[in-house]
Amino acid sequence: MTPASGPILSETAAALCLMFIFLVPFAGAGLALINTGLGRARSAAHLMMSSLCAVSIAAVVFFVWGFTWQGFQGGPAHILNLGGKGWDWVGAQPLFLRHVALDGSPASLAALLGMMSVGLAALIPLGGGADRWRLSATCLSTALLAGITYPIFAHWVWGGGWLAQLGENYGLGRGFVDAGGSGTIQVVGGLTALSIAWILGPRRGKYTHDGMPTAIPGHNSSFVVLGCMLAMVGWWGLNSAGAVLFTGAGPGEAVLVAINTTLCAAASALMAAVITGVRFGKPDVSLTANGWIGGLAASSAACVFVRPPEAAAIGMVAGALVTLSVEWFELRMSVDDPGGAISAHAMGGLWGVLAVGVIARVPPVGVNATGEAPGQWLAQVIGIATLIGFVLPLTYGLNWLLNRLRPQRVALEGERQGMDLHELGAGAYPEFMTHGDDFSPR
Amino acid sequence: MKFLGFLLLLAGWGIVLTAIVLLAADAPRVAFVLAGIGVEILGLVLVIRAHPAPRGEHE
Repeated sequence: MTPASGPILSETAAALCLMFIFLVPFAGAGLALINTGLGRARSAAHLMMSSLCAVSIAAVVFFVWGFTWQGFQGGPAHILNLGGKGWDWVGAQPLFLRHVALDGSPASLAALLGMMSVGLAALIPLGGGADRWRLSATCLSTALLAGITYPIFAHWVWGGGWLAQLGENYGLGRGFVDAGGSGTIQVVGGLTALSIAWILGPRRGKYTHDGMPTAIPGHNSSFVVLGCMLAMVGWWGLNSAGAVLFTGAGPGEAVLVAINTTLCAAASALMAAVITGVRFGKPDVSLTANGWIGGLAASSAACVFVRPPEAAAIGMVAGALVTLSVEWFELRMSVDDPGGAISAHAMGGLWGVLAVGVIARVPPVGVNATGEAPGQWLAQVIGIATLIGFVLPLTYGLNWLLNRLRPQRVALEGERQGMDLHELGAGAYPEFMTHGDDFSPR
Repeated sequence: MKFLGFLLLLAGWGIVLTAIVLLAADAPRVAFVLAGIGVEILGLVLVIRAHPAPRGEHE
């Protein structure tokens, strides 16, 4: 029932890790601003309110139930014996964080980082469902994400679960490695955003009679760029805390992590700016911002296992991938994703997870271990197969059931009027009439 | 078609898990893991095709 022992942190490492975790909410603030800026003016207050509610619900559900299933490495868990190997499937912590010494121990730091991370994951689907996702449905969907989808996958990766054990059990590198949550946070959130976008359908007016998409530009690009800057601060903390807590990196390696994170985001944003500049004649702000976030999402998994030039290369690929996939989702798949959440978080995150296997040099576990662990790429591919083959059906199924019980999309009248007036009774900009049809009396 | 697509996604993941548990040699394990991912891609294509392009919603 109790797997191998967990990490041991010095007091300095624990204190620095705590400081890094305190930075993570900046990433949440950044994502909230980006989602709001890329949405319509008449839904701005609603999106910010939804962000606050999603973070709140995620924290409470994770405290009550989520950490029970996520657990931590070395903590109690349900283990199945398959083929003579112990497969750690799900955590078995008591409810309400009981029996976790909240004193700077690795378990308590994992619980705090989990609480912040699940809030971040819960903000990602808001970008995919912007301008049409009801507030109450957002809260219920977030509860499912924080109570079921996120904790299960987080346990497999960060809680000593079967994906993390692939190295120990089957000689596949160091097992699935995801230092800062490219898969655990970004892809899980991004796939939930895809599910939500599919279930809700596109915004009215997004597609013409012949199925061609129309441009519905974001209402405030200043919010979007400010959000990008704030997100970077949060990602420094997220990647550094994850590296220390889940990969055994020393606190001093946070410098490398921060440099890699910055370079990855910068290279990704520049690549997106160049691609859009070449294709459309002028660089596009929203796609460049999506490139920035995609670079951050891609940076997380390998942040402590690559040198700066390799981090920049990961970012360049992420920037190209995100820019092209935004167009692909909108044109080819008819998925209306106002915030670009699916491309930036799911596609960027998947590339980040894969990059650990194809670019990074992950050393084997052990004090004196040197060189590179063989089979790492296969462990990463198995992680990707799990995200697509298990997490996507799970999150889609849960949200589909929720939609059957209580429709998640706002009524037609609400979409015309704007989410702010319809659901909150007041707009974000009551003294401004930014568009002719905003805040129109009904 | 949507249900079948999600079923294929799960089936592909099942093939990947089975390959890890049952196959010890590197080459067959890699081949079956990749085959599982192939099944997942097939499922993904079906799920995508089950969400057709919306038409006639322009205001």
